[in-house]
Amino acid sequence: MLGDGSLERLKREGRIVVVGASLAGLRAAETLRAEGFEGSLTMIGDEPHEPYDRPPLSKQVLLGRAAADRTALPRLRSVDATWRLGVPATGLDMAAGRVRLADGDEVPYDRLLIATGVRARAWPREAEAELDGVFVLRTRDDSAALARRLEEGPKRVLVIGAGFTGSEIASACRERGLAVTVAERGAAPLVGALGGVVGAVAAEMQREHGVDLRCGVMVTALEGDASGRVRAAHLSDGSTVETDIVIVSLGAIRNTEWLAGSGLGAGPRGIACDAGCRAFDIRGIVTDDIYAAGDVARSPHPLFGYQFLSLEHWGNAASQARIAAHNMISESTDRIPHMEVPAFWSSQFGVNIKSVGVPSLGTEVLISQGALRDHRFIGVYGYQGRVIGAVAFDQARWLPFYQELIETTAAFPPPFPTVDRRSDGQRPVDADFPDPSVPTHGPTVTLGGYSPADRRMTFTPAH
Amino acid sequence: MTQSLLHQILDYANRANPYPLYEELRKRPVHHDDGGPYVVSTYYEIRSLLHDPRISSDVRNLASTAGDPLAEPAQEEESTLPPGFLRLDPPEHDRLRRMTNRPFGPPHSPHRVDGMRGELRDIVSGLIDGIGDPGRMDLVEQFSYPFPVTVICRLLGVPREDESRFHTWADTLAASLDPDPDADPTERGKGAHDARMQLGMYLAGLIEERRRNPGDDMLSQLATATGEDGSMTTMELLSTAALLLIAGHETTVNLITNGMLTLLRHPDVLQRLREDPQLAVPVVEELLRFEPPVQLVPQRTTLADIEVRGVTIPKGASLWLVLASGNRDPQRFEDPDRFDPDRRDNQHLGLGSGIHSCFGAPLARLEAQLALSELARRLENPRLLEDPPPYRQNAVLRGPRHLHISCDGIRP
Repeated sequence: MLGDGSLERLKREGRIVVVGASLAGLRAAETLRAEGFEGSLTMIGDEPHEPYDRPPLSKQVLLGRAAADRTALPRLRSVDATWRLGVPATGLDMAAGRVRLADGDEVPYDRLLIATGVRARAWPREAEAELDGVFVLRTRDDSAALARRLEEGPKRVLVIGAGFTGSEIASACRERGLAVTVAERGAAPLVGALGGVVGAVAAEMQREHGVDLRCGVMVTALEGDASGRVRAAHLSDGSTVETDIVIVSLGAIRNTEWLAGSGLGAGPRGIACDAGCRAFDIRGIVTDDIYAAGDVARSPHPLFGYQFLSLEHWGNAASQARIAAHNMISESTDRIPHMEVPAFWSSQFGVNIKSVGVPSLGTEVLISQGALRDHRFIGVYGYQGRVIGAVAFDQARWLPFYQELIETTAAFPPPFPTVDRRSDGQRPVDADFPDPSVPTHGPTVTLGGYSPADRRMTFTPAH
Repeated sequence: MTQSLLHQILDYANRANPYPLYEELRKRPVHHDDGGPYVVSTYYEIRSLLHDPRISSDVRNLASTAGDPLAEPAQEEESTLPPGFLRLDPPEHDRLRRMTNRPFGPPHSPHRVDGMRGELRDIVSGLIDGIGDPGRMDLVEQFSYPFPVTVICRLLGVPREDESRFHTWADTLAASLDPDPDADPTERGKGAHDARMQLGMYLAGLIEERRRNPGDDMLSQLATATGEDGSMTTMELLSTAALLLIAGHETTVNLITNGMLTLLRHPDVLQRLREDPQLAVPVVEELLRFEPPVQLVPQRTTLADIEVRGVTIPKGASLWLVLASGNRDPQRFEDPDRFDPDRRDNQHLGLGSGIHSCFGAPLARLEAQLALSELARRLENPRLLEDPPPYRQNAVLRGPRHLHISCDGIRP
């Protein structure tokens, strides 16, 4: 493609197909047009809605402050695309360059971007999952249905899983004055992403706000009444929780099943791609016409030992999509790598939580500013003598400094004084992450080498 | 060079246009002359230092104030009141700022600023109505000064009948921040001291009154707050009120005056603003980049040796962050000396960044947007009578002392 005019032809009259019509898909489409792509653009999405924003779904929508159908993503520019909404993609023919759709149609492409994201992990026992009152929260429709039910004033809500989504839901329910029980398999909320030291603070926050938090337990069964409405949950410690709403927050599953058998390197951990977002095939050879971005993508990050990272972070989806789009229509020498330092935020129980880097890679944590007991602090995570991540509870304005420490592989523990280091921060302690071989709801960041064999791997919370 | 760059920046002769000096300064991103402060002038370095927890705003961490030409008035100010949160570090800073924010902004008071929109419009209209002779007006005296003081009065809950007394004290205090080489320093010092005392006593009385009969103004809410942070002592309340008054006053005056001056120098933009008041939003953002009221942040010090661009700034050193220079750094902004309201990605430093980023930013923005769009709409064919106008002495809070303009008439 070097100077033979084929790139110009692609930009003028090529066909680009984007599978996944959410944040990453939309931002990629906008970038393609902004960078001069004039050919045909097809956007395929399994939901019937135009691209919408998810962060409000577990917060403002559940509080009744925003309507779920009013969270459409702002359009940064016109994308002039053919929208195929409400039709999932079901297959990929790499040799012919075609995407198969559920309605039997096939869409040919010259370049393909896969941004199919993740979906909520459903309650594993199908009959129980179908009880009236059992919810997951991932989509706009999930959120609208749950908000409607919360409006009716249930006697008690049970949240299964205290990761970020589960904790945000519990927070919203308490803010509405509803009785809430949270059942968490790990030792504390957020423990997979932030470890036990910081998780203990999250547990305190929940209890102070009146959540009936139960850690180290599993829900073994959901029980319905004669009319098929959920009425109770049975826990592994032998106790029972009477409840009329159950929200299953057990993490997410990457939407890659439709690629099974296509020859693309896609599996339960996502789609492996290079730092420029080009997807690998199952032989480990990079493709040049298939790209991946957002929650479904998994790419090596030089700052973190070139490990393959897949991130369920809003900012990652937006920036990775822009890079994928740029690279799709660029000469190889003009391509740019996706090297963003991971960052995410959450808002729960009145506290703004923000993180940079990959705390879950850390083995030790140092409270470098503030104090754990105030629920206002910065925790710096160390890994093999360097700073690898940081989390801020109500201290987000300092984070750019810690991001710079991560980017420059600064020494851990940080040797300098700060404006507000107190007794908590005298020395680093074990960050207390759970044994990674024991499944919990899982951190929002996963790491690991790729093997096409793990496409057959399945994950089910043990009971 | 016979005179150090730093002295040239402080030299009144360069007040009207300090930007060529800043350009000179940026050639050494960390500038240090013997005994003087460490001056940082480039965008990325300033931004990163504003987020650096090894940088303190608390003057008690300064090794020595020798050689710091701005140290003296700061100490004088602190002799009567404890420092406001602008001059404190966490955790005290966080506690006071958080408590002050409760009645002011989100999450607890998301509508406070926007709820003042109508009132602000009325104040703007009233001041323009009162201008009188359109052939020669001083925008500073007749508009930019009285506007923010009136707004602060309404925000704090100063009764209307006391507003004029409040204005007098505010003017005296503002003047004391702006040394006039011709005035008798002893006389001025005494005047400022008296004004500070009277204002303090007045506010203390008002706070007592509000504790007994709270209204929905900020002072009442601050005086009666009993949240997780406890309540403010009367002294803390007084220094917070003084901070809101001074910081909310000195900056907005200059933002509006610099704004009008810049618009009169760019008649095409003024015309666009007249036709489309919505343009006030990007115009004010670009003004905050192009002519920021706070040119530099002088009261920072280092808690450890810090290396910045190959220079080690020692622990306890005085640090100056020249925001206005960072705003014109060509490494960050394309064509930085061009006033361009259509500029994209305008992440300027005009309101600072980090934990001390401008507390009153939402109010200042709204005040400037309403003021400039309304001036553009109502003044017929306005023009400058003097360019450059006479500037105030102050190099930190930079702006014209007077802005004489004339116009053909004032539209209703």
